Amino acid sequence: MSETKHPIYLDYAATTPVDPRVAEKMMACLTMEGNFGNPASRSHSFGWNAEAAVEEARRQVAGLVNADPREIIWTSGATESDNLALKGVAHFYRKKGRHIVTSRTEHKAVLDSCRQLEREGYEVTYLTPEENGLLDLDKLKSALRDDTILVSIMHVNNEIGVIQDIAAIGEITRERGILFHSDAAQSAGKVPIDLAEMKVDLMSFSAHKIYGPKGIGALYVRRKPRVRLEAQMHGGGHERGMRSGTLPTHQIVGMGEAFRIAREEMAEENARLLGLRNRLLNGLKDIEEVYINGDLERRIPGNLNVSFNFVEGESLIMALKDMAVSSGSACTSASLEPSYVLRALGREDELAHSSIRFTLGRFTTAEEVDFVVETVRRKVDKLRELSPLWEMYQEGIDLSKVEWAAH
Amino acid sequence: MAYSAKVLDHYENPRNVGSFDKDDRSVGTGMVGAPSCGDVMKLQIKVNEEGVIEDAKFKTYGCGSAIASSSLLTEWVKGKTLEEATRIKNSDIAEELALPPVKIHCSVLAEDAIKAAIADYQKKAGA
Repeated sequence: MSETKHPIYLDYAATTPVDPRVAEKMMACLTMEGNFGNPASRSHSFGWNAEAAVEEARRQVAGLVNADPREIIWTSGATESDNLALKGVAHFYRKKGRHIVTSRTEHKAVLDSCRQLEREGYEVTYLTPEENGLLDLDKLKSALRDDTILVSIMHVNNEIGVIQDIAAIGEITRERGILFHSDAAQSAGKVPIDLAEMKVDLMSFSAHKIYGPKGIGALYVRRKPRVRLEAQMHGGGHERGMRSGTLPTHQIVGMGEAFRIAREEMAEENARLLGLRNRLLNGLKDIEEVYINGDLERRIPGNLNVSFNFVEGESLIMALKDMAVSSGSACTSASLEPSYVLRALGREDELAHSSIRFTLGRFTTAEEVDFVVETVRRKVDKLRELSPLWEMYQEGIDLSKVEWAAH
Repeated sequence: MAYSAKVLDHYENPRNVGSFDKDDRSVGTGMVGAPSCGDVMKLQIKVNEEGVIEDAKFKTYGCGSAIASSSLLTEWVKGKTLEEATRIKNSDIAEELALPPVKIHCSVLAEDAIKAAIADYQKKAGA
């Protein structure tokens, strides 16, 4: 296997490296010398010690979001949490109603679960956000019906990083007696969350977005007022019957430690990331025909999603081979469709094709940002030299009026 | 996505980037694709009195495979007659560049582009 020099990592929204402090805690739960017991083993100290570690981690996760530890259910990740929340609630409350409200910019774990529920006979309304990516709450209100049983709106969007006002949404849904689920995979540890204050009934968490390991997540299930759901994983009745399966102590301890660190370091980290993000933004914003996707104010500090008009996203990513970023370009998704999130914002396909998402994180440095700025500027220029669209734009041709010979 | 060495080469060192004057009688211009698809290719050929393509230029908005396909095409058509150039198949391009299945359409677009350029030249010559 050849040794490739690794590019600069700027794809923290896709996943994060495990923090060394987290890895250390996890490793102590693996081998014979470690805390390897089954947390459900009642009869010996191997089980008791594992259970203690799991419960400590549960307290740590609950602590980040000001919840009761008994409200935290372990899952294999935010995708499973989303599935459990949506299908679990829909099935349990099926006699109360069959209507669900969500948005077009949700993660596929929510959207695809909704599609499945539609196949089962449920009705789903998919709200379109405003151009800045945020939902108009009056539109949300008017979508609610007497037979609506669940609203699911993500806290922070993975592509554009915008922050929805879930506190306000919770007020609306609680008043109508409708359950409210929010996918917080991209927000926990980045945006303060207070579940004692916010009227959110269910919340999905992911470890690997916040310097924990992949393969572990959690679902917050409110106790007061009590939320019921139908289990999706059946077996030994773990997690109060809501999710069966032997608890992976090492994974859970990792998630707990990651959430503990996030709680302690969030404010400082956010300030640092904001400085770096603005350094990146300032280096790019005076390039001609550059568009920021999503609201810049109501946004997590580490995210910058930019479209470079007249340059196609995959070719730009190829040009930026010294950095790991992602694109809303069709070519980089398995289907040949551009980002559904950017299209939902009303972005023309060309701008969706030309977008790059930069997400900064705990290990990003100012030197890396400067290198990125310099490289992006140079490569955008080079690709525009190659672009017939840039040529037409410079000649003053209105591209929206052109008749293309597409096949 | 792992790009073949040839695609990377054309991408890093594209051949024949640029434009001819499209009103010039010896120039044929083919513009294919659409921004909404993420692929637009402009291919131009300069044809001499004997009907031989003496020069070619391209500009492409698209992924690395699209850029490589059109760059390769400009290399191939130089020195060919219009007849020979028409016979270039997208499968030849795809094979030369080792394009994966999901990128075959880039080579198809390049074939469309050269045919459009030839058609444009012939239309002008016939007019």
